[in-house]
Amino acid sequence: MPDNETLERELTQPKPVKQNFISTGSEWTFELLEQYDREFARLADKFRLDTYPNQIEVISSEQMIDAYASVGMPLMYNHWSFGKQFLSNQQSYQRGQMGLAYEIVINSNPCIAYLMEENTMPMQALVIAHASYGHNSFFKGNYLFRQWTDADSIIDYLLFAKNYIAQCEEKHGMDAVEEVLDACHALMNQGVNRYERPRPISPEQEKQLAKEREEYIQRNLNDLWRTIPVKETEQQAKEFRFPQHPEENILYFIEKNAPLLETWQREIIRIVRKVAQYFYPQRQTQVMNEGWATFWHYHLMHEMYNEGLITEGFIMEFLHSHSNVVFQPAFDDQRYSGINPYALGFAIFQDIRRMCEHPTEEDRYWFPDLAGSDWLDAVHFAMRNFKDESFILQYLSPKVMRDLRLFCINDDDREAYLEVSAIHDETGYRNLRESLAAQYNLGNREPNIQVYSADVRGDRSLTLRHYMHQGRPVEDNSALEIIKHLRRLWGFDVRMESVDQQDKVINHYELPSEELYPEEEGV
Amino acid sequence: MSIIIDRRLNAKKKSTVNRQRFLRRYRNLVKEAVQDAVDQRSITDVQSGSDISIPRKDLSEPVFHHGQGGQHEQVHPGNKEFNTGDRFQRPEGGGGRGSGDGEASDSGSGTDEFVFQINRDEFLEYLFEDLALPNLVRKELKDITEYKLKRAGFTSAGSPDRLNVVRSLRAAHARRIALSGSERREIRQLKRELREMEVSPSDTDQFRAKEIRQRITELNAKLKRLPFIDDFDLKYNNMTKVPQPSSKAVMFCVMDVSGSMTREIKDIAKRFFLLLYMFLERNYEKIEVVFIRHHSEARECNEHDFFYARETGGTVVSSALRLTDEILQDRYSPSEWNIYIAQASDGDNWEADSSKCRKLIEEKLLPKTQYYSYVEITDRHHQNLWHEYKMIEKENPGHFAMQQIRGHGDIYPIFRKLFEKKEAENA
Repeated sequence: MPDNETLERELTQPKPVKQNFISTGSEWTFELLEQYDREFARLADKFRLDTYPNQIEVISSEQMIDAYASVGMPLMYNHWSFGKQFLSNQQSYQRGQMGLAYEIVINSNPCIAYLMEENTMPMQALVIAHASYGHNSFFKGNYLFRQWTDADSIIDYLLFAKNYIAQCEEKHGMDAVEEVLDACHALMNQGVNRYERPRPISPEQEKQLAKEREEYIQRNLNDLWRTIPVKETEQQAKEFRFPQHPEENILYFIEKNAPLLETWQREIIRIVRKVAQYFYPQRQTQVMNEGWATFWHYHLMHEMYNEGLITEGFIMEFLHSHSNVVFQPAFDDQRYSGINPYALGFAIFQDIRRMCEHPTEEDRYWFPDLAGSDWLDAVHFAMRNFKDESFILQYLSPKVMRDLRLFCINDDDREAYLEVSAIHDETGYRNLRESLAAQYNLGNREPNIQVYSADVRGDRSLTLRHYMHQGRPVEDNSALEIIKHLRRLWGFDVRMESVDQQDKVINHYELPSEELYPEEEGV
Repeated sequence: MSIIIDRRLNAKKKSTVNRQRFLRRYRNLVKEAVQDAVDQRSITDVQSGSDISIPRKDLSEPVFHHGQGGQHEQVHPGNKEFNTGDRFQRPEGGGGRGSGDGEASDSGSGTDEFVFQINRDEFLEYLFEDLALPNLVRKELKDITEYKLKRAGFTSAGSPDRLNVVRSLRAAHARRIALSGSERREIRQLKRELREMEVSPSDTDQFRAKEIRQRITELNAKLKRLPFIDDFDLKYNNMTKVPQPSSKAVMFCVMDVSGSMTREIKDIAKRFFLLLYMFLERNYEKIEVVFIRHHSEARECNEHDFFYARETGGTVVSSALRLTDEILQDRYSPSEWNIYIAQASDGDNWEADSSKCRKLIEEKLLPKTQYYSYVEITDRHHQNLWHEYKMIEKENPGHFAMQQIRGHGDIYPIFRKLFEKKEAENA
């Protein structure tokens, strides 16, 4: 990594500062954790890192596997898939195939971060810097999180959800609840609003409103599904469309409109939808969020070193971990599994600082606003106002592209070959940057699937539409599985059509008829 | 200001519930995997849990994602030699590294099997779900031979070594309080009167005082005559005999090793015996296994020889049954042991021998055993041994059972058939 060279240069320079080590051994104690945290807090303040209060919890590795299994949330409801995750992590951990990622941090107020008891003091310090000051300030500062997540109430909401689902299990049986949850999990990615901002709500209100919703929804449903005695003209029937416009939030549509669901089932759908929405900003800011946290653990730790608070051994151990984190294997390496978000994010933030402090001619041409400006202002601005896609489009510089030796492959199934469409040269920079940015656009990553119509006056069937992007189909097997799930929620036939840019139907996805009514036939 | 909390001591095993949910959901797959795992064990090795593997595709949770095809661009790091416009073959297997929606790496290591551990109890639970030990109940009720003394309250008669001192003294004390009540009440009253008179100068009073003193002495003497302990007070610990079902079992594995028994047949037999052993092991504290192999003559041997020795010859099944009976008489008294016999054979026997077998089983073995099971491992027609045994089965329902195993797939279902819980029988 290019950054290690600069690191080593820094390290070999003589340090005039008086040495005043916080600790010298590798053992950690609670007193030491507090001392390190106090220093980090002081430095974070100096760098204008605005954070929620921190709650740092020391846990065992088994607890870490636990925490891992339920998407990091300490109060997640119970579900078999979390058990599967747990068993899988436990097995790889015990066999040494997987080191536990050393940090889980929760976007809540206070911001909860976990430290594993097995870690050495330098590792604990790294995690505190990374999670409690890096991620924490990102959660509080980035516009997507500000807009979409409510750090004050998430823990309470999860508690409400966990209790509600447990009660449902008692009342309606585990299998019935599992069936709804399975279906919801399959549709989680289609359970978020991308463009509307939901009204923040407190958990107490949540509980109250849950009751009111019960009655309201059923009343409304009755209206929607009322058999209509008046005979319509062809024209009227044609004009009536439900929903009037395609609905991108499938779970929302089901929750509000599925004719046969019971109230508790609607509430469970709502819970999964809320959780999905809460995680949505994280999925859109992976590169930025990890890059930001990594950037800050790197700087906070160096600052500590420069002030003579930590020893040479300490910072060497830290640097070792750090370079593992930002390691980017090349495309032909066995270990390669795509671009490492830590590496990319860190490289871009580092580069922003470099361009501010030591701009080159190239930087002045590509980033005239950054060159020579205040680096702290610049990185904070970047952190606050972008998501991965726009962040890359805005800040990925030729230097970073060269350092990572990026190239772009064009894969078109109409051609027999793959083609290198851009490399890191003068003609390729813009192309590369746009391609990489597009790669982080969730809209490109995931198929765009929306509720197209519900036949409320006919057979009550539901039609989804997959709006194809660049001719890319959805994967059949999982699509049919999901349609099966969806059918259980909707209660009537469900089908999906893939349409191209001209709204021409290219593909149909429908359950074979023997799978449509298996229960009925069996009885 | 940050808060630092030590969470190591609480909230452990949070995932237990989710883990159980997972096992519950995939019960059938886990069960299958457990049965496969049985293959790799020696008969007496049931101490540990097991690695279980389930096909990953059965566990997958579907999400909408892109399939192969269409047009997409993918940026990769680490370019060494490519130039813009370079073209090359699409890697084998479609999109390969070019497919760009991140789902490919979803399963981590990319293996097809999902492997995890279950412990020994779980392992056995899956294996023996719904199975019951034939005649276990009957043994406990009928052939009771061992008793254990158990305390059961107190009696007023018994031998001196069972005397309960505390209880006896308590009874004596109670008796004395009950019997002396009126006297002591009188003494108290007299004493009170006496105290009043002692301060009075009156002569008549002095006389009365003398009387009272005398009366008190009398009463005290009477109290003293109350026996400190009476026969009536004695309490003895009461013991009752509680029947103690024997916790020992012996399993006889009787196998034909004549020339016709192929390696595969022996393999099937081994799995059958293994299941039986693990099954018995769950129900008894102590279990022994006797291996008897036979061709024209029978021999007791160890597990390894049982399955792998090559010595062979003609077939005389009765030789093995006779040996079984001898060993039974020698070492395993039916009053102490629960006896199970499992016989495996390919059904081949010397013509005249089968009726002898029937006689031996009905007269010598069945009266002593809990359960006799016979499996014929073959896909041929049944021979005379089968027909003779059929008659035994008719005469001894629930006590003698037989089944035919045609191949590996039959082992577990047949085992279940032989040992499944029979509602009617226990009712």
